[in-house]
Amino acid sequence: MDFSQFLSYIASGTVYTVGVTLIALPAGLLIGTILALLYVYGGKVAARVMNLYSTVFRGIPPLVLLFILFFAVTRGVNLSAFWAGSLSLGMVSSAYQMEIVRGALLSVSGDQLMAARAVGLSRLQAIRYVVLPQAVRLAIPPWSNEAAIVIKDSSLVYALGVPEILRRAQLIGASSQRYLLAYLSAAIIYFLLVYATTRLLNHLEQKLSIPSNP
Amino acid sequence: MPKPILTIKNLTKIYGQNVIFQNLNLTVNEGDTVVIIGPSGTGKSTLLRCINLLTRPNEGQIWLDDLEITAKGTDEDQVRQHIGMVFQNFLLFNHLTALGNVKLGLTKVKKMSEEEATKKAMHELSRVGLADRANHYPGQLSGGQQQRVGIARALAMDPRVMLFDEPTSALDPELIGEVLEVMRKLALDGMTMVVVTHEMGFAREVADRIVFMEKGHIVEEGSPDEMFNHPKFDRTREFLWKITELYGKKEKEAE
Ligand SMILES: Nc1ncnc2c1ncn2[C@@H]1O[C@H](COP(=O)(O)OP(=O)(O)O)[C@@H](O)[C@H]1O
Ligand SMILES: [Mg+2]
Repeated sequence: MDFSQFLSYIASGTVYTVGVTLIALPAGLLIGTILALLYVYGGKVAARVMNLYSTVFRGIPPLVLLFILFFAVTRGVNLSAFWAGSLSLGMVSSAYQMEIVRGALLSVSGDQLMAARAVGLSRLQAIRYVVLPQAVRLAIPPWSNEAAIVIKDSSLVYALGVPEILRRAQLIGASSQRYLLAYLSAAIIYFLLVYATTRLLNHLEQKLSIPSNP
Repeated sequence: MPKPILTIKNLTKIYGQNVIFQNLNLTVNEGDTVVIIGPSGTGKSTLLRCINLLTRPNEGQIWLDDLEITAKGTDEDQVRQHIGMVFQNFLLFNHLTALGNVKLGLTKVKKMSEEEATKKAMHELSRVGLADRANHYPGQLSGGQQQRVGIARALAMDPRVMLFDEPTSALDPELIGEVLEVMRKLALDGMTMVVVTHEMGFAREVADRIVFMEKGHIVEEGSPDEMFNHPKFDRTREFLWKITELYGKKEKEAE
């Protein structure tokens, strides 16, 4: 087997890595945003529940949570390892994304919300048209960080048998006995994915930035 | 016969254990400019926020025209669009242009069409002399310009009364004049205004009534002539003397 075959075998796992990320990240964003809105605007009880959710999910290693959620989910419904793994990672990420969105909401809220209500906007309108658009912009840098983490954590679904990059690196490493090369190849692919994503989000941040004079 | 627009009766506001004001009474007549002065921490901002229902008073009533807005079941959003508010720190929506700031209430609250709202918003921006800055974001405007956009944003809703909470105290001295000029014009146009300010020149010239508040009480109120030239209480005289001295100096420096 020559090197290009070797590399392309590992790289073909990228489809799964990207797939897992593209499910986990938006799922985490959706859940995280809803939970953050409940946290900030939902009153004391909701805030407590959300705080608990966040503390628990962030206090357990992602791999352990992945196994728990995987076995809990697949007991009830028949899901492939790929879907179960992706959604579980999304749940894990939702706790972190909730904190990101919450932080952004809190730093915009207050005065801006008051100004919007003073004009006559309802609470919901004020959040929708004044707070959220500004919070999104604030959230991009920390969110970019979380995106990088999710890409890297997507390697965890390897433990469920999903043939993503790391899993393939391990397989071909074992069969060819060229472990170092296999893992180095995997590392390079992960790095490129993270790098490209970060650059893309950086670009988005610039593009969405609100014009101002220095 | 003057017609009251704003009637405040026995208003009490308590934060925790802290009584901000108690049994406060105030009437604002149509077309009047009432200037409220008083040391900081006296409850002036809190009073304005109560009027605008941004915070709820513990007791007492407020009427806007004939409607008791403190009554249970009042549609707060409905009330607020009839009361304009201008803040010390401008509080423009940072992600929207000057035009966007003025338009938001028109499209979302008044449900105007995009076109109608743009027309109305441009009209309001010209009223404050900023039509040429319509497409600038708050971060691209000077403090004075931001505050004028803030005024235009409130005016656009065609409020019955405008509340100003120290509209010039966050501004550099050289930018105060342009904002006061807009407010002076508004008063001349017959807008009903409640203005918390320490700009004594403005108070003297524009106010129909000056209200001196201290520690949650209205110590004294009267026409500028009464307040400046023969106040009933020493406290009033002392306070007026102090701020005229203080702010007068600042004005001089600005020249
Ligand atoms: N949201 C709040 N919670 C608790 N105390 C407040 C709040 N807002 C204002 N206060 C208190 O009420 C008092 C009056 O404040 P304020 O109305 O801002 O006075 P002024 O505008 O005259 O300077 C101050 O002692 C302030 O600390
Ligand atoms: Mg104040």
